Amino acid sequence: MQRRDVALLSIGSLVLLLTLAVFFAVFGRQAANPPLAEMGGQFQLVDTEGSVVTQDDLVGKPTLLFFGFTYCPDVCPTTLFNLTRLIQQLGNQADQFNYLFVSLDWERDGPEQLARYISVFDERIRGLSGNEAQINAIADAYRVQYERVPMEQGDYTISHTAATYLLDREGSVVGTLAYGFDLDETQASLEQLLPSS
Amino acid sequence: MLMLRSALLSTLLLMSSALYAHHDGTHHELSDGEAPAIEVTQPWIRATPPGAGAGGGFITLTNHGNADDTLIGATTSITDRVELHTMEMDGDVMRMAPLPGGIEIPAGESVTLAPGGLHLMFMELASPIVEGQPIPITLEFQYAESIEAELQVVPVGASPEGEGAHAGHHEEHHEEHGHMAH
Ligand SMILES: [Cu+2]
Repeated sequence: MQRRDVALLSIGSLVLLLTLAVFFAVFGRQAANPPLAEMGGQFQLVDTEGSVVTQDDLVGKPTLLFFGFTYCPDVCPTTLFNLTRLIQQLGNQADQFNYLFVSLDWERDGPEQLARYISVFDERIRGLSGNEAQINAIADAYRVQYERVPMEQGDYTISHTAATYLLDREGSVVGTLAYGFDLDETQASLEQLLPSS
Repeated sequence: MLMLRSALLSTLLLMSSALYAHHDGTHHELSDGEAPAIEVTQPWIRATPPGAGAGGGFITLTNHGNADDTLIGATTSITDRVELHTMEMDGDVMRMAPLPGGIEIPAGESVTLAPGGLHLMFMELASPIVEGQPIPITLEFQYAESIEAELQVVPVGASPEGEGAHAGHHEEHHEEHGHMAH
């Protein structure tokens, strides 16, 4: 092979590699995070007072929606604490949003357990639970991944999506906040969801 | 017996520095040249909400010896159930996994159990973990003698002094310091 061919071949390979890299960066990411438009839908759960809560109850206010469980060692209490700080930071705007914590642990978490658990966080965060079918329905709707991880003595913990979902006033998913979300950035995104005055 | 052990230790130290040092973390006076193989720094845990089933404990372990060791378990008076776990973010999914093989602490290295990664998983908590009430633990190693420590309890979502960031900012994104033994 001539030197020029080798050079061309190298450039060609490089271009191919870059194309592949971009392809996987874009599409590999989309596989992990499905489009927002595919998320959301009808659900029926129960709050800590025993009242039924559905998708329709959210309409009118933007919503922050987080999925977890009360047996969670760190990510769930940390996120609920972060939400509490966000609510404090929002001040008198805070009442213009819904805040929901949905337990994925349909076997262990019911209204009473959730009521106790969320009592240390801001009272505006509502704890929702449901039976297996109801939890699977909302998890499917919001593309929440959750999976039981067996531990010793037949016990289990749960791996789960740790993002907080942002819903607009119509209840459509408009974004997600990564675990450990920044309060100032989040406040700015939330203000965009309020009716312009 | 103690003298015999000291003599043996000195010999080992002379030959190849500490292979297995004696350290119980309490009141043992170290003789000249003797160093604890495993050093424990900043043990802490977050307070748990009422009814929380579990809590994650954090600690830094430094292996000053010249042989690898493994944290194989821990015990505490507050529950019979403590496991070694790791968690990691896989995209937006928090994945947790038990580490039945323990957590390796390579010779000369530090391993930090921290939020978002390796942790001591306290389960079946009979009552919440409360700020200001430290949790006594005994750490068990494959080679080193057990070490007693007390986990300082910080508020829900907080980090101890000197850890820097507050909850929800950057401390959850620490690099994985741990080495997992499977
Ligand atoms: Cu765990």
